[in-house]
Amino acid sequence: MSILDKHGILEKNVTLLAVFAFLVVTIGGLVQIVPLFYLENTIEDVEGMRPYTPLELAGRDIYIREGCYVCHSQMIRPMRDEVERYGHYSLAAESQYDHPFQWGSKRTGPDLARVGGRYSDEWHVDHLTDPQSVVPESVMPKYGFLSAKLIDGTHMEDLLATHRMVGVPYTDEMVENASADFRVQANPDADYDGLLERYGEKVSVRNFDGDPGISEMDALVAYLQMLGTLVDFSTFTPDASR
Amino acid sequence: MSDKTDTKKDDLDYETTGHSWDGIQEYNKPLPRWWLMVFYATIIWGVGYTIAYPAWPGVRSATAGLLGWSTRGAVAEEISAQEAKLAPINEQLASVELTSIASDPELNGYAQNAGAAVFRTWCAQCHGSGAAGAKGYPNLLDDDWLWGGSIEEIHTTITHGIRNEDDPDARYSEMPAFGRDGLLEREQIAAVSNYVMTLSGEEPQDASLVEEGATVYADNCAACHGEDGTGDRFQGAPNLTDAIWLYGGDYATIHETVTNARFGVMPNWNTRLSEAEIRAVATYVHGLGGGEASE
Repeated sequence: MSILDKHGILEKNVTLLAVFAFLVVTIGGLVQIVPLFYLENTIEDVEGMRPYTPLELAGRDIYIREGCYVCHSQMIRPMRDEVERYGHYSLAAESQYDHPFQWGSKRTGPDLARVGGRYSDEWHVDHLTDPQSVVPESVMPKYGFLSAKLIDGTHMEDLLATHRMVGVPYTDEMVENASADFRVQANPDADYDGLLERYGEKVSVRNFDGDPGISEMDALVAYLQMLGTLVDFSTFTPDASR
Repeated sequence: MSDKTDTKKDDLDYETTGHSWDGIQEYNKPLPRWWLMVFYATIIWGVGYTIAYPAWPGVRSATAGLLGWSTRGAVAEEISAQEAKLAPINEQLASVELTSIASDPELNGYAQNAGAAVFRTWCAQCHGSGAAGAKGYPNLLDDDWLWGGSIEEIHTTITHGIRNEDDPDARYSEMPAFGRDGLLEREQIAAVSNYVMTLSGEEPQDASLVEEGATVYADNCAACHGEDGTGDRFQGAPNLTDAIWLYGGDYATIHETVTNARFGVMPNWNTRLSEAEIRAVATYVHGLGGGEASE
C-alpha cells in the first residue's frame, strides 16, 4: 500500500486533517510571502522617495478617514492603457512609506497615484467642495466641510513617532520639529528653510486652499499634490526582470 | 449497443466504502480516467509554467523564467510598438502647417480622434468631458474666445498655457483687484457693476447708478475691455457685451469679480504632451464648433 492510499487516515481524523491543512497553507504562505521580505529586487532603490512631511501625513490621514481609498486606487498597473492615461506605472518603492498602503482595489473614480501636479490647487478645492461643479457627471460626494475644520498640528510629533515605529525613517529632528514643519508648509511667508532642509528642496510650500489658517482642505490638497511626484523618473531605468 | 451493456463491469464488482446506513451502502468508485488525466496535466503544466515565466524565489532574486518575459518588458514593448506604428503620421502632424491639417482628410481624421483621446485624458477635468466648461473654466464649444479661436491661437494657448508659473511664454494678464487693493471705492464698484450689466443688455440692479458706472468704466476698465466693452484678445480681456460669462453675469458675481479680480490658470502642456499630441488636441478643440478661420 503506497502512501497515496493512506489518505483515508486523514479523512477519518478531523484533528489530523486540520493539522495537515494548516501545514500545507503555511508552506504555501512561506513560499509566496517570505521571499518578498528578503529578495533584493522586491523594492528597488529610486531617487527622490522621502517620508511624507507632517502636513502631507495629516492630509493622508484625512484621505483615509474619509474613505477615499474605497473609490480611488493608488496603483497604476503596468499596462499600456493605464500608463498612457495615468503616467508611469507605480513602483513598489513609491508606497514604501505608506502605512497602510493605499493601493485600493476599486476604481469608481480615477486612479490617484500620480494626481500630484496634474491640476491646480484651486481646481482641487473647487472639486472637493463641489465635484459636480467641474465634473457634472461625477458621483463623488461633496467634501466642502474640510475647509471649515482648522487643524493646529499639536499631535504631529506623536504621528511621526508612530510612523517611525513601523519603519518610516523619520529622524529625531523631523519628529521634534513636526508641529513647526506642519505649520510652515501652508504658509509661504514663514521661515520654511528648516522644512526644506529636512525633507528636500522639492517640498511645496504654499497656501494650498487659498484661505487663511490651516484647514483639513490644506492638508488634503498638499497630500494630493505630492502624490506620485516624489520619484525622479529621469534617473530611473526600469529593471526588466521585475 | 446491446454489446456495450454486456461488457460493462457489473456494479456488484466494485468495492464499497464499507459504510452502511440503514443497509444503504456507498460505492468506492475511482474518478473517471479523463478527469484524472486533466488533473495530472494541469500539475505538469503548472510546473512548466513556473519554469517558463518568472516564479521561483531564490536566495537573492527570483527566477526570471526561460521565456524572458516580464511585466515591465511587455508594457514597454507594447507602448513602443504602438509608437512606432503611429510615428509616421505623428511626424507628419507635427511638421505640416497648422492651417493645412484641416484640408488633409486623413491627417484631419487622425488628429480629431487622437485629439479627442488627449482631451478626455488631460483636458476634460476642467473643461468637461463634453468641452462645455464650468464656472471659471471656459466653454470650448462656443465661438467666444478669450485669447483667440484660430488654430494657431488655440495651439499657442495649449502649448504655453495661461498665467502659469512654469512657462515664461504663458499667456499673461492680470486684472487689478479694484476693491481689495483699494483702487476703487465701494460706491464706485457698485456703480460700475451696474453699468457692466447694461453692456450685455441685462437689467441693472440699480438703474440710477448706471451713469456714474459708465464714467468709472471709461476711466478704469476700458483700457482692457474696450470702450464698447467688447474685450481685447491680446490681453485675454473678456467681451462684456455678450451673454457668455465665465464666472457669472449677475450683480453679486460681477461685484465680486471687480472687487477681488479673477486669475484663471491653465497649465502649459509642452512639457507633458508631444507636439503631435498638442496639434491633435488643438485640431479637436478647433473643430468643436467655435473654431475661427486663420487670418
